[in-house]
Order: sequence, then structure tokens, then C-alpha cells
Amino acid sequence: MNIGFRDKLTGLPKPVRILLWILLALFAYALPLLELPIISTPGVDFGGVLFTVTIYCLVALGLNIVVGYAGLLDLGYVGFYAIGAYTVGILTSFHANWPLLLAIPVAVVAAMISGVILGAPTLRVRGDYLAIVTLGFGEIIRLTAVNLEWLGDARGIKNIAKPPNIGDEKTGLFEIPHLLWGDGTVLVDTEHPTKFLVFGYIDQVPYYWMGLTAVIIVLIADILIKSSRVGRAWEATREDEDAAELMGVPTFKFKLLAFSTGAFVGGLAGALYASRQGFINPLSFLLLYSILFLAAVVVGGQGNRWGVLLGAILVAYLPQRFREFDDFRVLAFGAALVLLATLRPEGLIPPRRTVRAKQLEQELDELEQGTDEGEEAARV
Amino acid sequence: MLLEVEGLCVNYGHIEAIRDISFGVPEGTVTTLIGANGAGKTTTLKTVSGLRKVRAGSIRFEGKDITSIEPYNRVKLGISQSPEGRRCFIGMTVRENLEMGAFTRKDRKTAAYREDLDRVLGLFPRLDERIDQIAGTMSGGEQQMLAMGRALMSRPRLLLLDEPSMGLAPKLIQQIFSIITEINEQGTTVLLVEQNAAQALKRSHDAHILETGSIVRTGTGKELAGDPAVKAAYLGGDV
Repeated sequence: MNIGFRDKLTGLPKPVRILLWILLALFAYALPLLELPIISTPGVDFGGVLFTVTIYCLVALGLNIVVGYAGLLDLGYVGFYAIGAYTVGILTSFHANWPLLLAIPVAVVAAMISGVILGAPTLRVRGDYLAIVTLGFGEIIRLTAVNLEWLGDARGIKNIAKPPNIGDEKTGLFEIPHLLWGDGTVLVDTEHPTKFLVFGYIDQVPYYWMGLTAVIIVLIADILIKSSRVGRAWEATREDEDAAELMGVPTFKFKLLAFSTGAFVGGLAGALYASRQGFINPLSFLLLYSILFLAAVVVGGQGNRWGVLLGAILVAYLPQRFREFDDFRVLAFGAALVLLATLRPEGLIPPRRTVRAKQLEQELDELEQGTDEGEEAARV
Repeated sequence: MLLEVEGLCVNYGHIEAIRDISFGVPEGTVTTLIGANGAGKTTTLKTVSGLRKVRAGSIRFEGKDITSIEPYNRVKLGISQSPEGRRCFIGMTVRENLEMGAFTRKDRKTAAYREDLDRVLGLFPRLDERIDQIAGTMSGGEQQMLAMGRALMSRPRLLLLDEPSMGLAPKLIQQIFSIITEINEQGTTVLLVEQNAAQALKRSHDAHILETGSIVRTGTGKELAGDPAVKAAYLGGDV
């Protein structure tokens, strides 16, 4: 999957590659309408599950910038997610009546600023302390929400604004039918179509499209940033902070940038989540979610954007797909994590460097077997 | 003087790592600090590059006081360090490492940059051969070359080298030292820290001997190499 697949992909001519990406994106958009038999989730609304998957994908991409690219262990990422959600809740329902599209930019900026405020004092210390401080941060945000009446305390915030409908509320611009899969037959279900683009209470598909669009935008931004000077500075800082300083990298500034960029994406995810849900309370922002988010990043392969996306999809989707095993879900999930940690400690799709380095190391080991000191010197 | 260090004191907690050190590096020379383990050589170098904070004393570069300037800003002024233990970015390729060395430069698409890259690859043909190899998979000698090449990519006026010969085979040490001479002849001033006194003294214009955090002897490379006391302590009695 790793190298062969990637090389094959990059070996294709550019138009073909672009076409493939477009087809993949179209397939992703059409997924909830197709309701494919094995993939679809029985007993739970497939569109809703897919929306949750996109939120996890956003979060994983954001957390990957912090953990995977800059190497900063953040155990309180749910805090930024909560700040995004609460900002939208306050601005569109609890204390004001803003439209959602105006509240989202404020929410992501609020998350970003909180990232700077948290990062400025803590990113100067290295290593484990950061993990402890961020862990505390996530909990502080949640407890503040529980205890402040201004934030709706434990009861939470209701009636959070939905995205604006495009087209008529009854029918939308047009209606798109779903597919219905029977025993070996496929029917077109015209009775429960998805209205394009009506953000209602029952049909989750438009929310999924919104989430997917956000994921694609963040993904493109991620690709651009990673291949820029900033991405290289993050990588150098992660590998060796002192050496990076000696190259002229202001490591503190770049760490802060990584932290606030991650917070930005986390805030965006929280804002979208709050809008779909229409209701938030502190229980939506438990420490457990920080851990799940981190699990998505680590399982997928921190540092590789495709890896963390896969991780996010698995972490969000599998528990919903196998709902029938109900009581054993968490157990199975835990077992799967342990299994993965043993078999693929670098994640399902580790960064290419890790793969390349490992292969070369192996080759070098083979070459060096039987090479003594003298030959080694002569070789260099 | 390109670099002037005056009355430098550095502490690790309560322990005095270096005590009242003063020396200068004249432009165009190779100046060497020699000493045993724990004499304070690396600390001195780290203080010059800015990784260690100063307790007392001052560092001037081209007459400008840089004592409290951040390390990344010293790179912009023209000080570049190849740190102890090489510390290449082991996950990056050779080319990416060299590009990191030029991080502060804004002219990376110009012919001048290309020229500097060619110059470094000319000094270290080995790196040219392995340009797309991951640094972490190279031998110690190759990594040392990469660390030196990387430090040169910022076009420094002063190159700080921390024990470039450490852990290398004798043949390779010769090669590294002759490259240091070549770098110097191309116009870069070098401040070198070494335990390998025989090679280092042969190659340097000025040298200072450090013992437990203080400079105990100063002279030209030749003088010190011929000094009986130095011979006995650092050169095994015979050069």
C-alpha cells in the first residue's frame, strides 16, 4: 500500500492524477446517496455517521499539525474544539443572534487566540510538561463551561444556528434521490430525497457535504503549508530543536504557529459540530475526546496527512458500523488499538520518510554485514 | 578581530563551566580551542552561537555586541555552527538538510544560491553522490560532512566547528581537516574546538588551551605544537 501505491500514483501523468482526485472527491460526496450495502451503517443514519467522520477528519488534520508536524504532544485538543463550539453557541443563540456564517470566523479566531495564549507560556518548556499543561487546559475549558452560567453551565446551549438554506425550504434547489439496496436489486428511492441544499433536522446529508468541503479545503491548505518553508521549519524543530535554532529557525515562533494553526482547525471542527448538533453541553467535550482524537492521529500515522485521515475515519466510523455488538464495542476498539500498536507502531500509513529511512537502514545493514572498520573508512 | 570574547563566565546551575575566558578570532584565520573532556570547549562554542546564556562577560561580532541576541538572529549576522555530535536532521535527505542550512537566505532561487550549493558539494563530493539519501542512514563521517556543509549554506563569515573529528577513522580525520583548511582558504573564518590536538594545531593559526574552564595557554598553532608542556599533556609527548 505504502510505497508501491504512492509511486504508481505519482508516476501517472498530471491530468490523469487530477481526474482521479476529482473522481475520488465525487465518490466521497455521493457516498451517503449511494448507501452501499457493506459500508452503510445499519440502525444509524448513514449521513449523520459520515458527518461525524468529517468532523474527526478535520480534528485529525489539525492535531496532526501540532503532534505530527511540530512534534508537540497536545492532550487537551478538545479544548479548542470546545471553544469553537461554544463561540458559535454564544453568538448565534445564547447571547446574540448572529448568522452562522458570521459566527464561524469569530469562532476559529477565538480558538486560534486561545492557542496563542496557552502556547506562549508553555511552549518554552520542552517535552512532557507540555502534555501535562495541555491536559489541564482541556479540562479547565470544560469545567469553566460547567460552572459558568454565562456559558449555559451543565445544561448547555440550545438552538444553535444552522447553516443558511440554499433554495426553497420545502424542496431546495433540486431533490436528489437515494439508492435502495435489496437482495441483489438496486432501487431508486424517490420518496426520501435529499434536498439540495436544505439544512434541516432529519436529513444529515447536507451537513456531511459541508463537513466534507471543509475537510477538502483544510487538506489543500495542509499540503501547501507542509511543502513550504514553514513546513520544513516545523520538521527541523521536531527533529532537533537546538540544531534548528542554529539554522536560523526561531523555533518558539514556529511552535506557536503550529499550535495556533492546529487550534484554528480544531475550532472550525467544533463550530461545525455545534451547528449540526444544534445543542451542546459540557459532556460533548470530555477528556475522552482528546484521547480519541489523538488515537486517530497515532493510529493513522502521525505526520502523514493521509494516515491521520484514515485513522480518523476508522475511529469515528467503526464504532458506528458495528453498533450491533454494542457492549463489546469499546472492548473491540481497545483490542484493535493494542493490536495496531504492536503490529504497526508507526501507524497504518506512516510518513514517507519513516518508510524510506527504514528501508535504507535495512539495505545498509545488509551491505555492512562483514564490513570491518578499515573498509568502512575506505568507503567514506 | 571578527569575534571578541571578553570575560566570559557560564554556569550550569551552581557549577561554573567556564570562568572568565577572553580570546579573539582574527578575520581569515583558523582559531582553535583545545582541551580535554569537560574543559569547557563546547560550552564556549555554544555561548558564541547563542545556545547557552552568559552569566557575565561579553561577545562581540564585527564590533557589535551580540551577547544577548537569540541564536537564530546570530545566524543572520553571519555566525554558523556545526554542533557537537553532528546532529543532522536524520529524517531529511541530504539536499533537504543543506536547504535547512540556508533557511535564513531569501535568495534560494538565484544563481548565487546554486553557486554556494555547488561549492559545498565540491568540498564534499560524497554529499553530491548521496544528495537524495536520508541523512540518518549515512555513516558517521558522511554525517559530519553534511553537518559542516549545512553550516556553510548560510554563507557564514564565522564558522564554528565542534569536534568534527570525533568518532571518525584516522584516514577520515585527515580528510576532514584538509577540508577545514580549504574552507578557510576560500575566505571563511573558522573557530574550531578539538580534542585531536595534533591535527588541530597543525591546521590552525592561533590556538588556546582550555583547562577546567579557563584558558591556560595561548599562542600560534606552531608554537603550541612545539611547546614541551603541551606536547606532554595533549600530544602524547610526540608530534
